Amino acid sequence: MSGLTPDLLAMQAFTGLALGAVYVLLATGMSLIFGMLTVVNFAHGAFYMLGAYLGLAVLGLTGNFWLALLLAPLAVAALGMLAERTLIRRLYGRGIDYPLLLTFGLAYIIVELVRIVFGTQDLPFDTPDALTGAADIGIGFFPLYRLFVIGVTALVLLALWLFLERTPYGLIVRVGARDPEIVRILGIDIARVWLVVFGIGTGIAGLAGLLAAPLQGASPEMGNSILAEAFVVTVVGGMGSLLGAVAAGLLVGVVVSLTALVAPEMAQVAIFALMAVVLLLRPQGFFGRAGLMS
Amino acid sequence: MARADLMAAAARHRAALAAAALLVFPLLMPFKAIAVNILVQGLFAVGFNLLYGYLGLLSFGHAALLGSGAYACGIVLVRFGWPWWAALAAGPLGGMAIAAAIGALAIRTRGIYFAMVTLALAQCLYFIAYQATGWTGGENGLRGVNIAAIRLAGLRIDLVDPLHRYYFVAVFVIAALFALSRILASPFGAVMEAVRENEARARACGYDIRTTRWLAFVLSGGFCGLAGALQAIHLGIVPVETLYYTTSGLVVMMTLLGGAGTFFGPFIGAGLFGMLEELVSLWTVHWQLVVGVVFVACVLFFPRGVWGTLLAGRGR
Amino acid sequence: MLRPAPPSAQLTRRTLLASAAGAAALARVSILRADEPTIKVGFPVPLTGPYATEAQDQVRCAELAIAEFNEGGGLGGRRAELLARDDKLNPGEAATRTLELIEKDHADFIVGSLSASVQLAVNNVCKQRNVLYNSISQSDQIDALPDWSPVTFHEALTPHMTAGAVGRYAFSTFGKRVVFLSADYAYGAEMVAGFRAAGAPLGIEVLADLKHPLGTTDFSTLLPRIAALKPDVLCLSNFGRDQQIAVRQATDFGLKRTTRIVIPVMLYTARVAAGPHAYEGVVGGTSYYWGIESSVPSARAFNDRYRRAYGNKVPSDYGALGYAGVRAVLAGAKAAGSTETAKVAAALSGMRYDFYKGPETYRPCDHQAVQSLFIIGSKSKDMANAYDVFEVIATDPADEAALQSCAAEGHAS
Repeated sequence: MSGLTPDLLAMQAFTGLALGAVYVLLATGMSLIFGMLTVVNFAHGAFYMLGAYLGLAVLGLTGNFWLALLLAPLAVAALGMLAERTLIRRLYGRGIDYPLLLTFGLAYIIVELVRIVFGTQDLPFDTPDALTGAADIGIGFFPLYRLFVIGVTALVLLALWLFLERTPYGLIVRVGARDPEIVRILGIDIARVWLVVFGIGTGIAGLAGLLAAPLQGASPEMGNSILAEAFVVTVVGGMGSLLGAVAAGLLVGVVVSLTALVAPEMAQVAIFALMAVVLLLRPQGFFGRAGLMS
Repeated sequence: MARADLMAAAARHRAALAAAALLVFPLLMPFKAIAVNILVQGLFAVGFNLLYGYLGLLSFGHAALLGSGAYACGIVLVRFGWPWWAALAAGPLGGMAIAAAIGALAIRTRGIYFAMVTLALAQCLYFIAYQATGWTGGENGLRGVNIAAIRLAGLRIDLVDPLHRYYFVAVFVIAALFALSRILASPFGAVMEAVRENEARARACGYDIRTTRWLAFVLSGGFCGLAGALQAIHLGIVPVETLYYTTSGLVVMMTLLGGAGTFFGPFIGAGLFGMLEELVSLWTVHWQLVVGVVFVACVLFFPRGVWGTLLAGRGR
Repeated sequence: MLRPAPPSAQLTRRTLLASAAGAAALARVSILRADEPTIKVGFPVPLTGPYATEAQDQVRCAELAIAEFNEGGGLGGRRAELLARDDKLNPGEAATRTLELIEKDHADFIVGSLSASVQLAVNNVCKQRNVLYNSISQSDQIDALPDWSPVTFHEALTPHMTAGAVGRYAFSTFGKRVVFLSADYAYGAEMVAGFRAAGAPLGIEVLADLKHPLGTTDFSTLLPRIAALKPDVLCLSNFGRDQQIAVRQATDFGLKRTTRIVIPVMLYTARVAAGPHAYEGVVGGTSYYWGIESSVPSARAFNDRYRRAYGNKVPSDYGALGYAGVRAVLAGAKAAGSTETAKVAAALSGMRYDFYKGPETYRPCDHQAVQSLFIIGSKSKDMANAYDVFEVIATDPADEAALQSCAAEGHAS
């Protein structure tokens, strides 16, 4: 390939990081839910898609992107909590198969409801005016909006880390993930912790969907393909590990991006090849606890 | 008492019962092609259930086994002009070969990681098939898996005729069910159950856990590969989507819907799923909504699957 | 676009069934009268899934062709009926639906499909059962052996014709330094081959030939590289959602500053959905745009018929193919005076017709519809109404020279 300069290589790696940001957000939520509730959430992609559509709805009503950025993830979190409360909660302690099947069905329902309400066609989602254009990042021009996505992701991760490590509530969540029995003995309402964790996880997925919408528009199926990728990231990072989700998300982004330099058509299979190799060498993923879910 | 005897007799002659049911099945269906689809999907789910229901291993890569059977059959027929019986035999052999390879790698892992390794390896196979257009037709799929008429023991079987095609496929599915019934009743079947129920004790008893798992995976590949070959002959094509991960997801769902770990459950799951999709899409384009609701309801109210719940209700 | 579509525009399976039931009731009347079965046209299209919008318009247009045939007295009193089925954009499902149409419904003809792999699957089922099939989506392979059969017809354009016409226009207008970005499947590869064939005599220089996986939602890993090459023309050979996203992200990455984006098949529905901004300055090809009615009388007649039936809206490009595909097989039946496959195929082969876009003919060797092709540009200003999204820049008239040769497709003549 001609014109492969160091600048282009650096640009390609940076593009990969930006791409990884959305994976990181999805995998963080998925990993959080899995670590805490041992629910493999097949509806995660549907909540991601909901974020984009609810954002579009807020944008249509108010014309304000920033309001959409705030309200859509909150609304998705509320819907996620509703689903946890009414459906998923009944299945705790029944192994991983049942929640998996239930969330699979739930994803069908959400996607079809969106089709009924918003139509089957893709809807355009305009990049907010303040974030259009490109910025010079030293190695070339990069779309401003993609830089914004990286920034928001970093902020969310920081907030999540502070919440888990620095607040009493976060302490309960962390302990609850390791041993729900202890939390219950201490007289804490574990059901409420689960509810909140599911809300946070789905809310972050909604945020990811909203952030992705200006890049690709909103479509009912947008959650399907990214669900598989988010799974890979979660598993490679180690199920239940937030640090793992971040590291694996960025790694997958960079791997996809560098694959695109050599053989772009292999971008999707590269992710799965990576997962196969990682799992065969280290079955619990990067930061997963060995023995969990075996 | 009499009912218990009846149940026991039914369990003993389960394959024969299935055979009888399958012989009258096409008369109940709106059209024959959907009946054949259900036969094929049912056999696929039975193959999956061998691993999941009887050994407790959740694979998310079974599309690879169905697909390799379909492609093995289709490729030797289209590219090499093999006779139909050899092509049909190539299906289970292809499924078993791929299962042997994927199984050898995947049985090192457990639980959700086993599911993910099988998924990843199956996706790699999908990609290979997608790129190898000279052999597989790539995204366009493999066309021309057409067998017109065959002569067998003086009978002329016209595979373009829907009823002939149904019974042709049914004969092989019934044979597979008899084989499965024998496997489950054999000492190997007992070992599988022992490994599922208590791995540590099975190991202490001197059973080789890994070899048991690997063998079950390969056997599963044989059943799924046969299902793939029959599907290829039925539809006349092998779509590359056969190998895609959604196919793997579908077989998990059908098996759980019907009842994992039961002999008839997977078949019933496949039948219910097929008919549900068929009937609902007749009156609304939003059939996926109904399918989703049924799944959620099944998980909440029939956690052992439809057939599993019926069995449990009878046993009480 | 946030409001659900009005009920009249939303074509549900139920209304389809209702109209089918209505047709069936009428059919029963005619059975009593003429003792002749209705002519059944099976129509497998992806009514659900990503191309549902296009597919539902295809059904609307196909119903027009059926109604027109019945108004004209049918085939000696025999009326026609459309049997629309959802192929879910999946070849296996499409094969099953086609089997249903042939084995259960005893369809006389099959028309339909909206993807290459689906049409090849449908074609395989039809040819094995000697049922006439008229495909209405793009593919080079369906015209060529071994897929083609004497009962295979192809009303849609082929990638070779499309990329050829668009390439000839783009390379001579915008420049000769070219980058190809195509979806990694037959459609993409056939388009690139068509562009290369058209570009070779013009002396184009191919800077890069990139493929992306089907269903890619992020092109950021490819766009910086393409931008660095500063080509005159970027030929974007993908379809549907892939195309919308690629165009939008290319705009984000500032590619339009140095490069013209060219799309072989620029979808009317996609452009309406994506809005004028993303498609600004993009040039492409199409088999039909309603705006040609100013110069083509048959287009005006077709558009008016559509407007009368469907609340003053206009038909889409792929929708119009549904009309032409169904009308052609019915015209063939009329010309043959029969619904027998061999007789209708013989009547259609070489038939000259002008249904909606000017003169067409089915080339005898491969039954490919020789037809005109329109080079269109996306409008971003001076739009008269919501349907006014393209301007016709040039017209490539119907000419057999634009097709792949019969010999190259493996045909004897």
